[in-house]
Amino acid sequence: MSMTRVRGGAGGTSPPVETAPPGPKDDSSRSGHLRRIRADRVLLVVAAPGLVYFLVFHYGALFGNVLAFQDFVPFLGVSGSEWVGLAHFERMFGDPEFWNAVRNTLVIAALQLVFFFPAPLALALLLNSVVGDTVRRFVQSVVYLPHFLSWVIVVALFQQVLGGAGALNGWLSDLGLGTVSIIGNPDAYGPLVIAQLIWKECGWATIIFLAALSQVDEQQYEAAALDGAGYWRRLWHVTLPAIRPVIALLLVLRLGEFLSIGFEQFFLQRQSVGPETGEVLETFVYFTGFASGDFGYAAAVGLFKGVIGVALVYAANKVAHRLGEQGVYHS
Amino acid sequence: MSRTGAAPAWMGRPTVAVRVAKAVALTVVVLLVIFPLWTVLATSLADPQTVIENGGWVVWPGEFSFGAYTEILQGGIITRAMLVSAGITLVGTALSLACTVGLAYTLSRPKVYGGKPLLLLVLFTFLFPPGMVPLFLVVRSAGLFDQYAALVLPFLVNVFNLVVMRGFFQSIPPELIDAARIDGAGELAILRRIVLPLSKAVIAVIGLFYAVAYWNRFFEAIIYFNDQTRWPIGTVLRQYVTGGASLAETSGELATTSPQSVQMAVVVLATLPIVCVYPFLQRYFVKGVVTGALKA
Repeated sequence: MSMTRVRGGAGGTSPPVETAPPGPKDDSSRSGHLRRIRADRVLLVVAAPGLVYFLVFHYGALFGNVLAFQDFVPFLGVSGSEWVGLAHFERMFGDPEFWNAVRNTLVIAALQLVFFFPAPLALALLLNSVVGDTVRRFVQSVVYLPHFLSWVIVVALFQQVLGGAGALNGWLSDLGLGTVSIIGNPDAYGPLVIAQLIWKECGWATIIFLAALSQVDEQQYEAAALDGAGYWRRLWHVTLPAIRPVIALLLVLRLGEFLSIGFEQFFLQRQSVGPETGEVLETFVYFTGFASGDFGYAAAVGLFKGVIGVALVYAANKVAHRLGEQGVYHS
Repeated sequence: MSRTGAAPAWMGRPTVAVRVAKAVALTVVVLLVIFPLWTVLATSLADPQTVIENGGWVVWPGEFSFGAYTEILQGGIITRAMLVSAGITLVGTALSLACTVGLAYTLSRPKVYGGKPLLLLVLFTFLFPPGMVPLFLVVRSAGLFDQYAALVLPFLVNVFNLVVMRGFFQSIPPELIDAARIDGAGELAILRRIVLPLSKAVIAVIGLFYAVAYWNRFFEAIIYFNDQTRWPIGTVLRQYVTGGASLAETSGELATTSPQSVQMAVVVLATLPIVCVYPFLQRYFVKGVVTGALKA
């Protein structure tokens, strides 16, 4: 601490050689930094644990991607393992199982975009049209709840209702209609995972749409109503144009995260339908790395997906800025 | 202009058909959410005879039986897993909140030393989340294998929560903080006496988000823990309910409880803490999410 005081004096040990950012005039740049660190030391100490966390678990993990260029053996560690250059990536491009995972990921991502994206908007419009506050609050409380349940619970609930011995098949056979096979049936897997996602997240996702709907100018509704517009015409000519920027922004951001279809949901159900249908990129990484011990190859596939993901998010943000909105990484 | 529960005059009276359609739609939505939860609860409470007669699931428990609960709470693997999860959730949420508040507060101060680069350093991680395998490598080399810390430290600060909290801190009028500073309060005193009391709602919401995430986490224990007795409830639940493993070995006498009831009781126990805290925090989180989404 005394050191900073000495440096602060005129003609300290460090002459200002580099072109320093314009700081206090009577200071050399280094002692200027030290003085500012000293002035903000309490704030910097308070921030330190969080910063250390980001350095270790995010930037450390970023560095850990070197595995993708190694024939990694856990026992030997990063320094002891052999470098293989781009061999893992070459293998990846020729691996039919990898392409199968890519295809499944794209199919599920497309299904999510088409069927999950509009669902909260529809629910929000329904909720917004409910005039009674009590009813609306009650329904909101109910539909937000599944967001807080873990995927293990959601998958268990769906098994209980739709499974072979579940409620649905119980009713169907009581009615003499036979039974349907949904859980564990590869043909039903796509609709099943979308239904699960809608059940879990649709209510929660209405929040942002409801916030946008509450901003719509009520005078416009009134004017439209006086001109004789009924509910559907008001919806089409007033409501939707008013919230169009929000819809566009969310759509763009969703496209940026197109490949982020989730992991736990697919990890839990891959076995029940088999890898042919159930393997997505992230489960592919898991089973290659942790089940088969092929860490280098798994890291390469993970890195590949990560890089594409960054490119998509970056492009989406550019578009979002173009739309005159703040993107995700501008705060 | 303000809505007082009644429809504004211009809206006119909706026709009976519209009102019926709306009521039906809302009822269906609510039932779709509640029914699965209800049947799980009912099955867990049903006596074994009713469960068998109904083919594995019930809507009305018939005769109530707490056999499934007394059985799994007798101190076996489920009891242990519940305690592990509770401990991780409490300690993890406290640590996460402390680190998030500290970092968010510093990054919310204008002109703090290194503020801009540090903010970019943090926000960049939003763009490139750590991959599963590299993160595994970090956890492994940090010596966290089979340590409960492996379920806490890798998830200590969530960028989204950090950005929400920073945004909230920035919205506190600077005059309040300047006034305290003129009165001679240091940064810590300002944080404790001015900022935190004003931020109770946002801290409650973000605490809820962290707690739910800790309680629900199940995957990491599979890759970081060899010792299955240290598994949290989510991981155990996965093993028994979706992993195909049978609870038969833990359920002693099948005459008093049915395996379905035991399985569903595990689901209920894993769900219960969330459903219990939910109503208390619910009124805060809409505000939290909307501010966060608008800020981010």
